Amino acid sequence: MAHARSRRLYDTAMVGLGGILLLFLVLPFVALVLDGGPSAILRGLGCSLTWPALRLSLGTTLISVVLVVVGGTPLAWWLARSRWRSARWLEILLQLPVVIPPAVGGIALLLAFGRRGLFGGALERLGWTPAFSAVAVVMAQVFVSAPFYLQAAVQAFGRLDPNLLAVARSLGASPPRLLFRVALPLARPWLIGGAAMSWARALGEFGATLMFAGNMTGKTQTLPLAIYTALELDIHTAQALSLLLVSFAFALLLLLRRFNRDPEVARRLATP
Amino acid sequence: MTGDSVAQLSVAVEAVLGAFTLQASLEVGGEPLALVGPNGSGKTSLLLTILGLRRPERGRIVLCDEVLFDAALAIDRPTEERHLAYLPQDFGLFPHLSVIDNVVFALACRSQRASAKQRRDEAMTWLERFGIGRLASRNTAQLSGGERQRIALARALASSPKALLLDEPTASLDVEARVEVRAFLAESIRSLGLPTILVTHDAKDVEALASRVAVLEKGRVAGCGLLGDIRQNPPTSFASKLLESSRVAGASEIAGPFCTGDACHN
Repeated sequence: MAHARSRRLYDTAMVGLGGILLLFLVLPFVALVLDGGPSAILRGLGCSLTWPALRLSLGTTLISVVLVVVGGTPLAWWLARSRWRSARWLEILLQLPVVIPPAVGGIALLLAFGRRGLFGGALERLGWTPAFSAVAVVMAQVFVSAPFYLQAAVQAFGRLDPNLLAVARSLGASPPRLLFRVALPLARPWLIGGAAMSWARALGEFGATLMFAGNMTGKTQTLPLAIYTALELDIHTAQALSLLLVSFAFALLLLLRRFNRDPEVARRLATP
Repeated sequence: MTGDSVAQLSVAVEAVLGAFTLQASLEVGGEPLALVGPNGSGKTSLLLTILGLRRPERGRIVLCDEVLFDAALAIDRPTEERHLAYLPQDFGLFPHLSVIDNVVFALACRSQRASAKQRRDEAMTWLERFGIGRLASRNTAQLSGGERQRIALARALASSPKALLLDEPTASLDVEARVEVRAFLAESIRSLGLPTILVTHDAKDVEALASRVAVLEKGRVAGCGLLGDIRQNPPTSFASKLLESSRVAGASEIAGPFCTGDACHN
């Protein structure tokens, strides 16, 4: 009896704790949607910062995610299959940006590729100064978002049934055919999930972009930076821009769910 | 042996596994060889070594006068160039491809020049040969074990292999399917006449599919010979237990060469 009662008490306490956390997470969003009403939000969307920032955000994150996927996929394939010890180390080192604060990443990028940075002089002689340009925005986004895709892709390739790969090779599949006709189609749902995570991270990128690319409207001012700028002008403009960003994040979340619910995913999992 | 002059797979390898060294020497001709032994005796490792998925420290693997591996000569042909058909326990059908596309995959690997239409037609011929033409457009996940096995074999043969490696061909099937698959495999293996190595735990598989047996124990070939000889004179207690049940059934075997130790030759 005493056991059942303490069990019930425990359940109640956990439900309460979960409820508090849920409120804490949900209430800010409620405020974000409701505060000021639709007219204030519409007025905010009409602010001169909005469209250049939206255009820049979409353009740069799209380029970033393409760069990350095109470069990250073969690298992840190699990392997942390599038995070298150095490959394991490389994998760990490539995950570093996940734990480094983005602002630190931005400073590091500036110290490396800035005009007075370690390699800035050499780059300038080649006629290329990436800092404080749209290129810098993309560089900052790739820096912070690549590890998310890489991690997902390495895991996806690592989870493929080794028997399927062995059979494909025994049938005569060349390395490119093995990657493009077997590994990629089988790992596709997780690769898309990883790319979406990586895109979401790039879309929200703030710290590294601010340090390395600056905050110039129409040039390097992405949506998160525009929100920061708008906050000094009018909170409802910042709110409107935030809602814009949230709707993109929400669309991505739906996309992710769509792929994780795919019944094919279960079949594509490695069988023991 | 009758089939030996037709095609031959000869394996002599030494590879360090976790607890022991795999040190095996086998010759396979037209007569299918069953590789038996307790779990962890190195059966699958030996299969993977022949496939080229595991590199041995020393040794030589030759298939039909073609050197697949030679440690001394630094020859190590990649798996995709070894022309070995490999059928894993779960058959290894590609879940993202339809039945016919599984076979087309194998054809596309070997013949780059054929048109898509030609490949489809040829794949269909393979499926029909195994009585599964009606499954062509189906998804492989919906099929029975027996059907999956047939597709796997059709696909393997479409890649024009020079030898057949089967890993526990009936282990993942239910009892009824086992009988059907065993009969089908026995017939196919016999009519193909390819050098065949079959890893199994099942005395009935050995009985139905193989004419020779190699007994592996801690990475070494403890005994190898005709099924009847191994049954009468089992080299290890494992072999004795495995073949005990079938002792009565197999009286039709003719006596033949028999050897113990590391090497097994006809």
